[in-house]
This record gives sequence, C-alpha cells and structure tokens, in this order.
Amino acid sequence: MNEKKILSRRTFLKALGVGTATAAVPSIVGCATADHQESPQEPPVGKMTYRINHNTGDRVSLLGYGMMRLPTVGAQASAREDGDAEIDQEMVNRQVDYAIEHGVNYFDTSPAYCKGRSEHCTGIALARHKREEFFIATKLSNFSPETQSRAASIEMFQNSLRELQVTYIDYLLLHSIGGGSDAMQEFNRRYIDNGILQYLIEQKQKGTIRNLGFSYHGDIAIFDLALQMHDRGEVHWDFVQIELNYLDWRHAKEINDRNTNAEYLYGELVKRDIPAVIMEPLLGGRLAKLPDPLAKRLLQRDPERSVASWAFRYAGTYPKVLTVLSGMTFMEHLKDNLLTYSPLKPLTKEEMQFLEGVASDLVSYNTIPCNDCKYCMPCPYGIDIPAIFVHYNKCLSEDNAPHDRMDPDYAERRRAFLVGYDRAVPRLRQADHCIGCGQCEPHCPQRIRIPQELRRISEYAETLRREKPGHHHPDAPKPQ
Amino acid sequence: MLRKIRIILATVMMTLITLLLLDFTGTVHHWMGWVAKIQFLPAVLALNVVVVAALVLLTLVFGRIYCSVICPLGIMQDLLSSMNRKKNHFSYSPEKRWLRYGVLAVFLAALAAGVGAIVALLAPYSAYGRIVTGLLQPLYIWGNNGLAAIAEHYESYAFYSRDVWLRGAPTLIVAVFTLVLLAVLAWHGGRTYCNTICPVGTVLSWLARFSWFKVYIDTDKCRNCSLCSKNCKASCIDYRNHRVDYSRCVTCGNCLEKCEFGALRYGRPMKQPATQPAPDQQPDTARRAFLVGGSIVAADAALAQAGKKVDGGLAVIIDKKQPKRTTPITPPGSISAANMARHCTACQLCVAQCPNDVLRPSTDLKTFMQPVMSYERGYCRPECHHCSQVCPSGAIRPIGHAAKASTQIGHAVWIKDNCVVLTDGVSCGNCARHCPSGAIMMVPLDPDDDTSPMVPAVDRSRCIGCGACEYVCPARPFSAIYVEGHEQHQEI
Repeated sequence: MNEKKILSRRTFLKALGVGTATAAVPSIVGCATADHQESPQEPPVGKMTYRINHNTGDRVSLLGYGMMRLPTVGAQASAREDGDAEIDQEMVNRQVDYAIEHGVNYFDTSPAYCKGRSEHCTGIALARHKREEFFIATKLSNFSPETQSRAASIEMFQNSLRELQVTYIDYLLLHSIGGGSDAMQEFNRRYIDNGILQYLIEQKQKGTIRNLGFSYHGDIAIFDLALQMHDRGEVHWDFVQIELNYLDWRHAKEINDRNTNAEYLYGELVKRDIPAVIMEPLLGGRLAKLPDPLAKRLLQRDPERSVASWAFRYAGTYPKVLTVLSGMTFMEHLKDNLLTYSPLKPLTKEEMQFLEGVASDLVSYNTIPCNDCKYCMPCPYGIDIPAIFVHYNKCLSEDNAPHDRMDPDYAERRRAFLVGYDRAVPRLRQADHCIGCGQCEPHCPQRIRIPQELRRISEYAETLRREKPGHHHPDAPKPQ
Repeated sequence: MLRKIRIILATVMMTLITLLLLDFTGTVHHWMGWVAKIQFLPAVLALNVVVVAALVLLTLVFGRIYCSVICPLGIMQDLLSSMNRKKNHFSYSPEKRWLRYGVLAVFLAALAAGVGAIVALLAPYSAYGRIVTGLLQPLYIWGNNGLAAIAEHYESYAFYSRDVWLRGAPTLIVAVFTLVLLAVLAWHGGRTYCNTICPVGTVLSWLARFSWFKVYIDTDKCRNCSLCSKNCKASCIDYRNHRVDYSRCVTCGNCLEKCEFGALRYGRPMKQPATQPAPDQQPDTARRAFLVGGSIVAADAALAQAGKKVDGGLAVIIDKKQPKRTTPITPPGSISAANMARHCTACQLCVAQCPNDVLRPSTDLKTFMQPVMSYERGYCRPECHHCSQVCPSGAIRPIGHAAKASTQIGHAVWIKDNCVVLTDGVSCGNCARHCPSGAIMMVPLDPDDDTSPMVPAVDRSRCIGCGACEYVCPARPFSAIYVEGHEQHQEI
C-alpha cells in the first residue's frame, strides 16, 4: 500500500516535469498507475505562436481575442444571446488577464458589439494592463444612416478612444465593407463621400491609428475596389480582415452564390503581401459543433483534442495570417484555443485534404450558413432570426428534421423539431410572423436571403404541424 | 359492501373526469371522452337517447346512484363533506319541495327561453368543469411546465410547456363562488345542494321514488337509535317513522354500515314499511313531470335542425388586443349561435382542450361562459378539431377535417388604417401567405397603378374565418385584418 503510494507520487512528479508532453504520449505506465493528475487541457505559459506584421513590426499572437460574445452575469449564454443581460465584467477581466498571461495580445472589438457595450467593457479590462502589452483593434461601425455624416462618424471614432481608455488605436478597420443592398453606394456613403477614409488616413499619419485596414463581407466588387485603391496608392491597407475556414475556403460560393471563396480573398492578399486577420474561423461555432458523423471523424483522428481545434489549426496554418480571432465567451473556450496555438502545430498536406473532405460532406447537410452574429437584429417585427436558423440547423445536423411520413422515427423526430422550436423561439418570434419586409437582409454578412429562408422554414414547420403521425389528412392544404 | 363499491366507482369516475378536464394535450379524450358524454344534462341536450335511456333505467333499478358515482359535483361534495370529522352531525329534515321545484321551474324556463347563463350556472357537471379548468388546470399546467423545464435540461422532448393565462375573469369568479358555496353547504349538510338546488337531482328524484332496489328499514330489528339519520348526508332517513325519502337518497350505503343492528338493508323491500303514507299521489306527479321532461327533449330535437445602430437585441412585441366583433365567433361544428346557446352548459371542456388558445368563455350576458373564439394567441388550425370531439352536449357537433376546412364560421375584414403596408411603408402580405383557403389576394392599393403598395383583399366567398390572417398580422395591438363571426355557419 505504502509502496504503491510512493510510486504514484514519483510518477506524478515525473509527469509534472515533462509537462503536457506526457499527456500527448500514450500512457505506458499501465492501468495500475493510471493516475496522471495533470490535465492535458491546461495550456502552457510562454509557448504562444506569434506572427510579425511587417508594416509596424508588431509581434502579434496567433490567437486574437474577439470581444463580440462577452459573458453575461449568471448566464449560460453570451451577451449576444441574451441582449438585455448585464455583461459579467469580473469574468471579462479574469479571462483577459488569463489570455494576456498566456501570450494573447490582440483584442478586437467594435462600437456595435454587444448592443454597444463591448468597447466599454474591453476598455475596463485592458486599462488594468500596460499599454505596450496589448494591441487593440476596433472599427468604424457607421452602419446606421444617422452615424454616416462626417461629424457623427468622427464622433464614433473619438468615442472609441474614450471607451477603450487609450490615446491611439493599434488596428482600425472600416467595418464590414461590401454589405448593404447596394454595396457600392453604401461604401461611398459610409467612407468616401463624407471624407472619413481621408480622415482616418490623417489620423494614421498623426499616430492615433497605427494600422489601417478593413473587414470584408459580401459584394466582391467592393473587396476588389479596395485592393485596387491599394494598388493605385490611394490608401495603404496595413491589414485586411477576412472570413477564412475550411468550409469557406472552397465552398462559400457553393453554399451561397452571392459569396466568395476564402481561397480567392486570401490569394489576393498574399499577392499584395497584406497581412490577413481571420474572422469566423469556427463559423460562429458551427465548426465546433459538427453533425455527429463528422465530429466522430475528427475525434477519431485525435481523441484528445477538440473538434474546434481543427478549425483553428486550419486557419493558423496559412503563413500570411497575422492573427485568428475567436469570440471566447467562456474560460473553457479560451483554454482550448490557447492549447491549440501554444504552439501551433501546422496541418500537414494530408490533414488539409482530410478537412476538405469533411467540408464537402458538411455542405451536403444543407444548413443555412448563419453564424448567429446577430447583425440582422433587432428585427422591427420582433422575429428572432438567428435563433430560428440555429434551431433549424441544429435539427438538420442532429437528423431531427423529418421529411418522410413513412419514416419509422417520423413521430419522434417531428416532436423533437416542433417542441424544440417552441423552446428555442417564443411563438410570436417564429418564422411565420416574418412579413418579408426585407430590412434585415442588407445587414447579413453571410448574405443569406433571410425572408426567403424564413418562409421556407415556416412552411416546413407548418407541414410538420399539419401532418400529425397516424392522422393522415389528404385535405390539408400543402405548402407550395 | 354497497358503500365500498360506491366509493371505488366514484373514485374511478372522479379521476377520469378530472383528468379529462385537466388534459391539454388532446390525447386523453380518445380514451376518456365518454365520461363527459354520460353526464345526464349534456346527454339530454345532445339528444343522446341511448345514454338518457340508460341513465333512466339505472335510476329505476338502483335509485339515484348516478348522483353518487357518475356526477363529479356530487362526488366532490362527498369529499368536502368527509373533511368534517365531527361524528354523527347530520339529521333528518323534511324535503324542501317548494325550493326544489322552484329552482327546477326556473331552470326549465331558462332552458326553454334560451337563457344559457342560468342553465350553465345550475348544471352540475358544468359547475365541476369550471372549477377544475379554472382552479386546478393552471396548477396542472404549471406542474407540467416544471417537468418540461427538466426535460429541456436533459434534451428530452417528452414534455412541452404551455402558457397559463386568464381565459375569462367572470367565469373564474363564478367557479370560485360555486366552490365556496358548495364547500359550506357540504360541510354542514352533506348533499344539501343536490337535494334542494340541483335540477338534475330533482329530475332523477322522481324516478328514484320507483326504483326497484332501495334502502329500507327492517322495523323488526330497528331500535330507533337514530344512528342512520345522523349519518345520512342526504338527511333523508326519518328513523322515528322508519321512512326513507327516496327522492333524496343517493344510495351511498353509509347508513347500512352504520346500523349496529342490521336493520337497514338495500334491496327489494320484503314488505311495505308499516307507516308508509298513501303513495297514490306521488306516481301521478312523477308521471306528469316525466312527460314534461320528454317534451323538452322533443323541443330540443326541433331546435337542433336549425433604425438599427448596434447589433442584437429583440424588438418588444406588444400584446394583441381582442377586437370588438359585432358577431361573436363560435367554433366549427357549433352550426350556429342559436345551436350553441341552446346546447352549451358551459362546462369549459372545449376551452380547456383548445391547443391553440383560441377558445375562451364569453363574458357577454346572453352567452355567458359559453365558448367564443379569438385569435390573439393562435388561430383555429386546420389539423385540429378537438373541441368538436369532446363536447358532450351537442353544442359543438363532431366535424371532420375536410368539413371543417369548408365551413365558414366568419369572414375576414381588412382595416386599412392599421395595415403596416401603409403605416410602416413596408411590403407585407403575411395574411395572404398564411390563408389556408386562399381567400386573401394582394392587390395594388391604386387599381390603376400596379406599382402602388400591395394590400390584402378578402374574397368572402372563400374565407372560412379561421383567423390565421388575424394571428400573423404584424399590426399591434389591433390587427389590420380581423374576423367577424357569422351567426349561422355555412358550407362553402
């Protein structure tokens, strides 16, 4: 008994010495001493992978902290899921401290995030650290026509400085260019006609902005235009923020013909040697919660690492990527991501191909490419658009969206879909209340045809409601 | 023995009928719908000859056993009465004939005149229905919602939650008042209500006088100890004269077990009780009354033939308000407002069963507590006909899905001033999109200008009045399209 105890302690000390490496090596000690106390989930300090921004020489951590999905007080959801809940500042502080301690130095926010509260909370958390320890990225989010005048836009920028409690912004972005119902008109109205782009260039010369860039979603003509401006020397983009992940690399256009593959976007940046900041590496969490058969394939290859870690390794493997943003609501997200990038183990060619295979299979699930970013919200008629899409996608991935009444599991799956629908979305916020006014559509970074998709889901739910199992009503009108 | 059988039967019946009234999933009535349909008054109103004949026969053979094991209000009074632990607290009292017949006369007059409110107030099964659906069902649903929350936690879909809402304050008040009154009466006098007020009790009492089996006192064995009278909740045993008032006896069997000398028996009396008064007059009254009852049934048969700055957040949704409808809407199967008024005893079974929160008790004096429809919380969905399946009194007749889809219970009316197409300047058409009968067309506001805003136009000949348009209309608190009821339903 005593002997065994001593032996155990020795093994334990040995394990401590070797650190995480022990966890990675399959245990050879045997089942009698399977007592590794150290969890392989604890990320190490000082192992973060960094990338150099050649424009300013910034040494940027490969993991960037997205301040868009901040935790709320006592909640099980982020501030994005429960719009009215108070943000848990204490938790934000703790997570920011932990991130900085583990080498994260890039923090990305916007005046629009978390119903406008993100910058304020980020400012409080970061003010507790030395200014040289972090890079701050924020955006000129002048989406509303009221904020598009020169004065209002300048005020928005100045307010960012105040909220973030800083005198300069390290990375300033034109926020989501390429959106709007007429993207070109929208771009001109937001940044060109009011002289705001010129103002920002001046701020950069003054040092209030260290790097100027843009984030892009939507109309490819605007992306091309912005790069042409760069080529012509009208503006110098120090970085560009694009959406990149193993699904969007080759399938973005296939999923929605109005979108562009990440392969093209990244390629254009590489041609011009512009560092790429990556957003949506996880597609709003969709690549962290894959349909069961696909998740199994990933877990089989590496049972000790999360499904999400594959997506982060994928984005980090591209050498021109400066940092990969992740909106980490919970400490567990942060730890998991730190583990992936401390240090990054780039994917092999074979692993890249493997993920491409997963991506093509994922496309066949026909989910709606909603990342739950809530840019479409609030809907003036009270519809909870992202919640509807998330529920629909969840049912597709979990195989709870029955189509055939002859299916033996029809009754069970129908119930799961309908009961789950009522749980996820209150009746009055469901798709059947969408009037199709289309006000949401220009806001969608994924360019989803929102009213059309809502109508499809509404008709689907209606068919399920009418087609009770065991009660066939040939007279029930079928949705078109 | 009789008492034990009675208690077992009563417990089973009470459980079934209460479950039926509590259920909101639409599954229980497949198995237990019959317990409402064997209630006397609903069966009479539904002209359910088989049930009425069976109940008459039952009473002629066994006495008023109906009041002890079938009527839920009677069983409930026994329960309330049994809570009074004081021993031997009942005593014989003479029949209050004037009160019984007075109430019955009022009841029959109300029935004949179509004053539904009075009929509904006095109908015993319906009173119980209101008490359960008004006071007990909310607790039942809250309990279910608790289970649903647990189920949700474990990602199970076994339970789903339902809204609890006040369907009608006056009806709830009536239910509370009825319960309090019955509790007081039952506590002191056992079956006082059944034997002085209840019209069904009075009608059955005529039959019970002639019942084949009855409780009788064996004068040879009786020692005049009065224990039977003191334990008779119907106050119908006159131990001094060895007489039992069969018009009030509900054959509960309590006296049989209480008697220490075996003097009380249930069965065919071997010999006429010595002090039985001349019974000649009674049969006459009863026969006459029975004929009156028969004529009511016949009369009923005749009636039956007739700017965004930040992301996220949810817009506030203002609660919808019920529009003022010139004619109330009654559910498909109710045939007409008149049919509803004649048959409905306001038991609330349909209201409690409606899965779409469409039915609620009327607050109008003429149709007080009878079901009316409104569409703030849902609409009359095409796959549902629960109310017509459960109605025991023929107020809502069974209707198939196909017949329902072609039965016009009302028609939609557009209110231009509320329409979001004009107030918000957006395109909509949600009413037209959800119309199950294709009765709404979107037309340009200016007939000469195809580019003018598209507004709904209702083709009345195709509209069935289901309220889908009213429910999904984005205008709040008053919808821009609402349904106006029809007094007489039509096949289209």
